[in-house]
Amino acid sequence: MSDAPIPFQRFIDVHREAVWRFLVSSVGASDAEDCFQETFIAALRAYPRLRAGSNPRAWVLTIAHRKALDAHRARARRALAVAEIEALDGRACSEVATVAGTHESGLWEAVRELPPRQRSAVALRFIADLPHRDIATAIGCSEEAARRSLHEGLAKLRQEVAA
Amino acid sequence: MIHAASIDTDESALERALKGGPDTDGQAAAAAAAAAERLTARIVADELADIGYAPVDSPFGTLHAAVTRRGLVRLAFPEEHPDAMLERLARALSPRIVQAPSMLDPVRRELDEYFSGTRRTFELALDWSLIGPFGRRVLRKTAAIPYGAHLSYAEVAAEAGSPRGARAAGNALGSNPIPIVIPCHRVLRSGGHLGGYGGGLDRKRWLLDLEQGGR
Repeated sequence: MSDAPIPFQRFIDVHREAVWRFLVSSVGASDAEDCFQETFIAALRAYPRLRAGSNPRAWVLTIAHRKALDAHRARARRALAVAEIEALDGRACSEVATVAGTHESGLWEAVRELPPRQRSAVALRFIADLPHRDIATAIGCSEEAARRSLHEGLAKLRQEVAA
Repeated sequence: MIHAASIDTDESALERALKGGPDTDGQAAAAAAAAAERLTARIVADELADIGYAPVDSPFGTLHAAVTRRGLVRLAFPEEHPDAMLERLARALSPRIVQAPSMLDPVRRELDEYFSGTRRTFELALDWSLIGPFGRRVLRKTAAIPYGAHLSYAEVAAEAGSPRGARAAGNALGSNPIPIVIPCHRVLRSGGHLGGYGGGLDRKRWLLDLEQGGR
């Protein structure tokens, strides 16, 4: 008997909420849908190679973390393009920063503005409820570095929200 | 709204506010479920899954059917739990399995017509990959038995090329992964006894009566 992963539909059913919450916190509601689809479609392509011994939750959140990074980069490029056009137009660029256009509390805006590693560490710890070891796997660093990123992220959030 | 002062002085307040993500209206679970449904629809539309499955209504209760790109690969009676069926398919064929009612539309239509007595031959494409070489010989002969007719286990075994293999043929018929559509209910013991049936003898009798126009 081989150690095939569980049927993919069950995999979606079990992990969809953690992935969704992670993405909404990390990229915002407007980009979460695309990231969610891309995460699970990438997972589906690689799925038969998922080994029985690995942690599927950490695995899918690793993919989600990478899709979130891609979304942040794409958003930064869009913001830059808009800024250039508006500069040529001679218009003010003051609203370019709020590209996502969401109406959430300042806390989540602050989370989204953290450096990528800290943002993912905070989101994986508090939203996806991953232990430090799995956070380290997801963002590709040592467990100690993951702890440090989480700590620094939280410290920055305390400052931001207090300011 | 988060009060900055409480976060500044109390670390756990910040952690509590972070817990679960930005889900102030409690809709995250429903939003995730809706996103997952759109995802499954896209996987089906882009043909990224190897196997699609769905429940199918029948006079026996809810059957569970699974199709591959080749055709119908499993039809399970209500007693078989769908999770068990899917886990076996994941091991035997591929774990890229999603719920896909639209992929099962032709199966549902032909079964409905068969159960209502208006269809005598199935035209569905079949995927034989769960069936071993001997089972294939037996079940291909079985698939050729016309509506309303029957053969004995010995006759099917002889047609499959092993004249003394009535018992082995019985085993192959008993593990038919696509009952009803591959009509193993049309194989009886010589002398007219029903023999066995994976879905239970009542159902075998019911199907034989249906095909005699008795339903």
